[in-house]
This record gives sequence, C-alpha cells and structure tokens, in this order.
Amino acid sequence: MSESELVSALSVEEIAEIEEEISHLPDRESAAIDALMIVQRHRGWVSDESLYSLAQLLEMSSAELDSIATFYNLIYRQPVGRHVVMVCDSVSCYVMGADQLATQVQDTLGIKFGETTEDGRFTLLPIVCLGACDRAPTIMVDKDLIGPVDASSLQHVFAGYE
Amino acid sequence: MSLVDTKPLIGHVEEVGDRVALADYESGGGYGGARRALTQMSPEEVIDLVKDSGLKGRGGAGFPTGMKWNFAKGEPLTPGPKYLVCNADEMEPGTFKDRYLMEYNPHILIEGMIIGAFAIQAEIAYIFLRGEYHEPYDQLMKAIGEAKDNGYLGTSVFGTDFDLDLRVHLSGGRYICGEETALLNALEGKRAQPRSKPPFPPASGAWGRPTIVNNVETFCNVPAILRNGAQWYQALGLTEDAGTKLYGVSGRVNKPGLWELPMGTTIREIVDVHAEGMRDGYKLRGLLPGGASTDFLVEEHFDLAMDYATIQSAGSRMGTGTMILMDDSICPVDMCRNLEHFFAQESCGFCTPCREGIPWVESLLTDIENGKGQPGDLEILDQHAAYIGGPSNTFCLHAPGAMEPLQSALKYFREDFEQHIKLSRCPYKSRTKSPAKID
Repeated sequence: MSESELVSALSVEEIAEIEEEISHLPDRESAAIDALMIVQRHRGWVSDESLYSLAQLLEMSSAELDSIATFYNLIYRQPVGRHVVMVCDSVSCYVMGADQLATQVQDTLGIKFGETTEDGRFTLLPIVCLGACDRAPTIMVDKDLIGPVDASSLQHVFAGYE
Repeated sequence: MSLVDTKPLIGHVEEVGDRVALADYESGGGYGGARRALTQMSPEEVIDLVKDSGLKGRGGAGFPTGMKWNFAKGEPLTPGPKYLVCNADEMEPGTFKDRYLMEYNPHILIEGMIIGAFAIQAEIAYIFLRGEYHEPYDQLMKAIGEAKDNGYLGTSVFGTDFDLDLRVHLSGGRYICGEETALLNALEGKRAQPRSKPPFPPASGAWGRPTIVNNVETFCNVPAILRNGAQWYQALGLTEDAGTKLYGVSGRVNKPGLWELPMGTTIREIVDVHAEGMRDGYKLRGLLPGGASTDFLVEEHFDLAMDYATIQSAGSRMGTGTMILMDDSICPVDMCRNLEHFFAQESCGFCTPCREGIPWVESLLTDIENGKGQPGDLEILDQHAAYIGGPSNTFCLHAPGAMEPLQSALKYFREDFEQHIKLSRCPYKSRTKSPAKID
C-alpha cells in the first residue's frame, strides 16, 4: 500500500489539536514537532502509520518528518512501557554518584538502558541534566522529578508506578 | 526596604516563602514596570533605559541586552511580524536557575517579556521550554492564563493599542536547542541544527523575520529596571557588572543550592558561606564556574569575583553562574570523560570536527581512564582541544564549548592524566586493573 492510499491513522481529537497548533503558525510544516508530540501524548509513541498520516496532514514528505522525529530524544519511534524512567548521567549527578545509581536502577528493574520490562511496565533511558543539580543524583519517572535518589529507596519509588 | 529592592529576581519568593501568586507579585510592585513602559514610554526609551542599566545576557554569553534589542528596533525592512523568544531550554549541565524562576516566580518572566516585546514591537512571543520541565510548564501556563484574564497579554495590553500573543513551545529535547539559531529551527518545526551566521536573528530569525532571543533570567531582570531605574540597578553589582545574579553550587558541599547575590560576589563566599563549605572529608580541587562548557578554575582563582570580565581574565567564562564542584575523590580524567560523553552525544552532527572529533576525544579519555592510555595520548588530546575548540571550524560554539573543560583539565590536572598512563590504571579506583595489554 503506498503512502498516499493510507486512510488517516489519526484520531479526530489528535487532528483537532494539531490543527489548533497550525492555526498559530505561518505554515503547516512548522507544526511538525508539536504534531509528533501530540500523537505521542495520545498513543505513547509515534508508529510508522501515525508518521505517514501526520506527513499527509502537514503536507510534507514522511522521510523529512521522520528525520525530524528521530532527531529529538523525547520523541519515541518505538513503543515504550507504561512508565518511562530516566536517569540523569550529566556532570553534577556524576559527581554525586550517578554511575553507581545507573547500575542500581538497571539491577532493580532487571533491564538495561534502552530496554522495556517484559510486563511492559517500565522503559529505562538515560537523560541529560534535568536542571535540579542541587538535588543530585536525580531521576525522572514520567513527569515526576525525584532527587536526591538513595539507591535503597528505588524499590519503594518504582512501586508507586503500576 | 523590602527584599525585592535588593533581590529583584527571587526576593518575592523569599518573602512569601513559596511560589509567588499573582496577587503577591502585584502587591510587591509587579507588573508596574511593564505598565510604566507601555503607558508612559516609547519603545526607544525602554531600549535606552535597559542599555543604561548595563544588563548583560544571563544565558552564558553576557551580551548587552539593550544593544541586542536595539538591533531589532524600528520598522522591519519588509512587512510582517517580529518575534520575541525566551530561551527556556535550560540544559547546560549543572544549571538549575531558570527552572527555579519559572516554577516560583513565573509572572516576573511574563512581565519581562511584555517589556521586551514592546521595546522591539513584537506582537508574537514564544517561550521555548525544554520538554522535561513539566512543573515549570504548568506554572507558566497558569500564570499566562492569569495575565490574559487581567489584560496584561492578548489584545490592548494595559488598555494601550499594543497587542501581544505569548505562547509556550514545549521542546522535543536535545541540548543543541539552546543554541539560539538551532532553537529557531526547532521553533519552526525542523531539526535543531544551528544556522550559519550572519545573518543573525535580529535581522533574520524565526521564519526569516527579525527575532530577539533572550534567556529566562535576563528577562526576569527587566521589570525592576523599569520600576527603579538604571542607576539603582547599576548600584546592585559589587564590580563593573550591574545587577544581581542567581549563583548556584552543585557537588559535595553541605548545602547545594541557588542564591540571588550581588553580581561580583566571590567564588569563595558563594562556596564557603552560602553553600556552607565542603562536606567533611572532602577537599575542593577545582570547579566549572558556569556549566559544563566552561574552563576549570582551581584554588588560585577562588577569591575572584564571579562576573563576566573577571572570570574571563582567569581563562574561563562565568557562563550560567551555576558552578559544579570537583572534590578530591573525583578523578579529573573520568570527569572529563563524562563531560565529553555528553558533548559527543549532543552534537547535532552537522559539522565534521564536532561530529567526529568529540567522540574520538571521548574514546581516548575512556581508554586512558581504563588503563589503556599510550604515551603521546595527551599530545593528541592537546591537538584535538586546539583544533575542535578553535574558532570558526564549526557553525556554532558547541565544539569549542566541549573543549573548554578538557583543555583546562589538561592544564591544571596534567599529573593525573600522566599518572593514568604511567600506572596503566586509574589511581582513584581502589581496585587495581590489570595493566596487561593484549594487542
């Protein structure tokens, strides 16, 4: 099936939110990042089907849109777990023991960076400085910033995310 | 005298002891500066006042704010909008000041942007906010809603004929978005690759239109300048630089944190008095004064004033003013490896010295740290620091910034690097690695 024959994989709500962004911009392509992030808010990630439909909606090539999507680390082109755990590996957290913490987080979740737990509950990713260096070392679980993180409390922290 | 007169940025927060709500902000004189600018002054008068105040950009480069605004004043060459953009993509490792301002005092940023937009006559303003800043996003959206409801944003701001649409763009990530022309590409929905300059954004910025980009803390300085004047602002600073500064300390101190202090406060006062000194058992060896992309300073520099000129004369940059401390338990080679890993990962990949050079440097540092260093490696690092960090080899300052901590570490901690190679192991690690090499 060629790209142009696809019926839009986007929902009415997604299209409405994207059109609202476009209405404030000089052209449709300028909404590319906003649109990718809107789809991700609704679906957790951006699939090939979503990407093709978005490209049609924005009147741009899907190759160009994918080059944008893959540039940004907060746009996921693979499915992620119900919760995304990010561990800061930048210098202030490094000074306060981020390397050891990274090992402990991997051991606690039983996965390595870039992986998702088998039950689909957690995806683990590294992240650059979260801007909370006075609370180093820090992690972020979904929208929650946590720090300073004590390795012994990790089990308890993750238990709060079903 | 209220705290707001000596601490215009966060004095409100300290008085309230919590987030500053709109009513608190206004009772301390908030929105008085913007009201004065829009109802009693011309755009040129506002620019002149900000010029006279001596305010310099707080994002790291220290460019005079009034002079920057002046580049975009008057009628644009071709009809169409001008843009004002706030760089709230705080991602410089070790920097946590803009988050605090947006979370605890969002109205001061909005007021500063209203004044800036009026000064350059921009009708559309953006806050480019990093994607991980969820709490600042919520606080800003709430504050923008309140400002709109009160007639401080939207059509006829303060009842004048000036309109301003203020919008928040939530970023998709990547450190390079903090570079102002990369930020503009991201705002346009593109990959965040820095643009070739000139033209600079005041001539051709967002969507090719005249655009001014300022940092969060820079805008937050403006309202009090409008209320209290340029002379008052100049007098706040202890040295040649005007105003106050949000200084921060992270690392093994007793009280890591953030303080609004007179510009030019010494490093020693910030570390020993405000951060309450090093934790027991740790000695301060060096520090990055203003984020990951600034040169190390060492003991001989600790009595220097933290202002633009003084830190520059010591061979570094004040940068964001939030310092990262390296204590004597930290291996300088491994710390550089951590820093270069960050810069290698965050290169946008467009210019060859940056895309290829920084990963090469990272891999060399990893080898040295793991006991696989060879004689001659330090000379190769010296050459790379000079070439990758050299002027005009790349479009933007990402690669030169990446080389600042490395070149200074090679200077101040050279013995540590040499020891790694001589011993074929990291002397900071208690376990001894086998020096045997197979190849």
